[in-house]
Amino acid sequence: MSETPLIETRHLKKFFSTPKGLLHAVDDISLSIFPGQTLGVVGESGCGKSTLGRVMIRLLPATGGEVLYRGENFLAYNGRRMKEMRKKVQIIFQDPYASLNPRMTVSEIIAEPLKVCRICPDKESMQKKIRELMDTVGLAPRLANTYPHELDGGRRQRIGIARALAVSPEFIVCDEPVSALDVSIQAQILNLLMDLQDSYKIAYLFITHDLSVVRHISDEIMVMYLGQCVEKAPSQELFRNPAHPYTEALLSAIPIPSVRPEDKMKNVIRGELSSPINPKPGCRFAARCPYATSACTQQAIPLTEIAPNHMVACTKYQDKGEHHG
Amino acid sequence: MEYRTDDATVYAVNGVSFNVGKGESLGLIGETGAGKTSIALSIMRLLPDRIGVITGGKILLDGTDITAAGESAMCDIRGEKVSMIFQDPMTSLNPVMEVGDQIEEVLLLHRPEMTVEQRRKKTDEILEMIGIPAERKHEYPHQFSGGMKQRIVIAIALACEPMLLLADEPTTALDVTIQAQVLEMMNGLKEKLGTSIVLITHDFGVVAQTCDRVAVIYAGEVVEIGTAYDLFEGEDHHPYTQGLFGSIPNMNVDEERLHPIEGLMPDPTILAKGCSFADRCPYAQEVCFREKPHCREKNGHRVFCRFSKYPEADREEDVEYE
Ligand SMILES: Nc1ncnc2c1ncn2[C@@H]1O[C@H](COP(=O)(O)OP(=O)(O)O)[C@@H](O)[C@H]1O
Ligand SMILES: Nc1ncnc2c1ncn2[C@@H]1O[C@H](COP(=O)(O)OP(=O)(O)O)[C@@H](O)[C@H]1O
Ligand SMILES: [Mg+2]
Ligand SMILES: [Mg+2]
Repeated sequence: MSETPLIETRHLKKFFSTPKGLLHAVDDISLSIFPGQTLGVVGESGCGKSTLGRVMIRLLPATGGEVLYRGENFLAYNGRRMKEMRKKVQIIFQDPYASLNPRMTVSEIIAEPLKVCRICPDKESMQKKIRELMDTVGLAPRLANTYPHELDGGRRQRIGIARALAVSPEFIVCDEPVSALDVSIQAQILNLLMDLQDSYKIAYLFITHDLSVVRHISDEIMVMYLGQCVEKAPSQELFRNPAHPYTEALLSAIPIPSVRPEDKMKNVIRGELSSPINPKPGCRFAARCPYATSACTQQAIPLTEIAPNHMVACTKYQDKGEHHG
Repeated sequence: MEYRTDDATVYAVNGVSFNVGKGESLGLIGETGAGKTSIALSIMRLLPDRIGVITGGKILLDGTDITAAGESAMCDIRGEKVSMIFQDPMTSLNPVMEVGDQIEEVLLLHRPEMTVEQRRKKTDEILEMIGIPAERKHEYPHQFSGGMKQRIVIAIALACEPMLLLADEPTTALDVTIQAQVLEMMNGLKEKLGTSIVLITHDFGVVAQTCDRVAVIYAGEVVEIGTAYDLFEGEDHHPYTQGLFGSIPNMNVDEERLHPIEGLMPDPTILAKGCSFADRCPYAQEVCFREKPHCREKNGHRVFCRFSKYPEADREEDVEYE
């Protein structure tokens, strides 16, 4: 790993004002991702995964905190430098169809970022680049003149990936890129994303609600609950030693594809998800947590390092490790 | 069963045979477009008018052939003997009616002998059974979360204690902790009421945790069927089933790469002459493209592949429920 992270957030916040009050969609998130690495972000719907991804690449303005790109204050970049950055950071969406212009052919869609960022000096090199990109993502050349609606979900996602790759990015936010796909197609796309990372050393923020997918693709994983990071650890460590009660609940809720008695679903967690509007201090999971005590709702619970790079925000571990606020 | 549209005929269900015993749950697993919903809609006879047509075979309910039952007979069967629930709970809920009234309405329709008092009492019982306080019966669907709405839909479907529940991806749209709650509730109700369930899903985990038996569906056909144990621990599998297993990241093993099934689903407007999986199958031989696959069987575990190591079985053509 190199010294400076490629991208880093410090106490990043994004609040939305809603009729019911201030919604803390992303609330004090600090993370860092190194070149060629994947940080997986998991959590249930509404926990702020997409908002985090969007704020990190400035598709949404931050409410507070910092985003550093190669150590520089990315949020302060202005016009010209920001335009440069549009080549370095990209995003891939869950629903490739909604993010593709239905009136453009496959090659026109891939050509667009090439034109906007003036990557190819002439028509010929542009055509060559489009062919290369299609080849890289596994789209047959004959599909160049088809429209997105003529293609299946897996191929549409490949177009989305080709479009993101066109500008040779260093960082891609992958927002649930395989969630809408059938498993056999999902596996093809996951393999493709991993191959691209190997070849081009791209860093990913990989957002998903699917724990088996996140485990497969991530070097490090962050678990979010109602806008906050409750646990962060290297991928294997998180699955081997889940520490936060929410992580535990999430892991035990996954129906395991096995009929062995030890894999039977157990300890189903009660309660519903809510939204972090005007949140009270303390742990947001406390209301559903089987271990909650009065200490959990008195003050903010800082992340504590309980093993190398394994951070947990839970009162159970507060006295045991080193605090990071 | 096929869809006759203006531009083409879609062969959605092509000779599907299975049976569901009393109190048993059968999982139908397969990817988008495999024909799972079409199978359920055929049983319910809720296929789109004039477009969706059952072209052959039989549907037996409790031994009675209902394939040719008229609309009025089907009205009696639906809800009372067979109920269906969908992925989106709002397909089955009336947005402008209190949820308690919606449950009472079903009871009124199918249990006219009940008094008003009995209906109210039963409604409260049903709500409590699914973990929703009876006081909330005066609320409207939008006041409940997605998981609660789906539980209400299940409660309505089970209000008349039908013999068979067809559940079409009932938890696909739910978050994982909420899915776990709904699956646990369905398992509990099945035990309690002895309802038979056909659970449609694309998730092997859901199948493993809820189904007694499983049929794997590909291109409108059953390619493998057996107990849940057969599917997860059996000696032999259909190449498509193997492909699906290779595609899901394993939670217990670290693998560098997944092993997806190459290619795409076949065009449903063309009926395959041979095995419908042949052009994606790594083991396919020339004969697979020419001739329909054999049914191979061992202790009730059936694999529809001529290269299965199981011995050949007689092919059974009946579709049977209960
Ligand atoms: N533009 C917006 N205005 C108001 N609230 C929003 C907006 N975008 C997202 N939210 C809210 O912020 C929270 C986080 O949303 P999101 O980031 O989409 O979560 P996730 O991607 O984890 O499902 C949710 O409660 C959502 O309703
Ligand atoms: N109303 C319809 N008209 C034409 N084709 C349809 C209709 N409904 C479904 N189909 C087609 O029938 C096939 C089976 O669909 P479906 O039963 O919905 O599959 P599944 O539920 O397994 O995803 C698909 O090819 C689908 O496109
Ligand atoms: Mg999202
Ligand atoms: Mg369906």
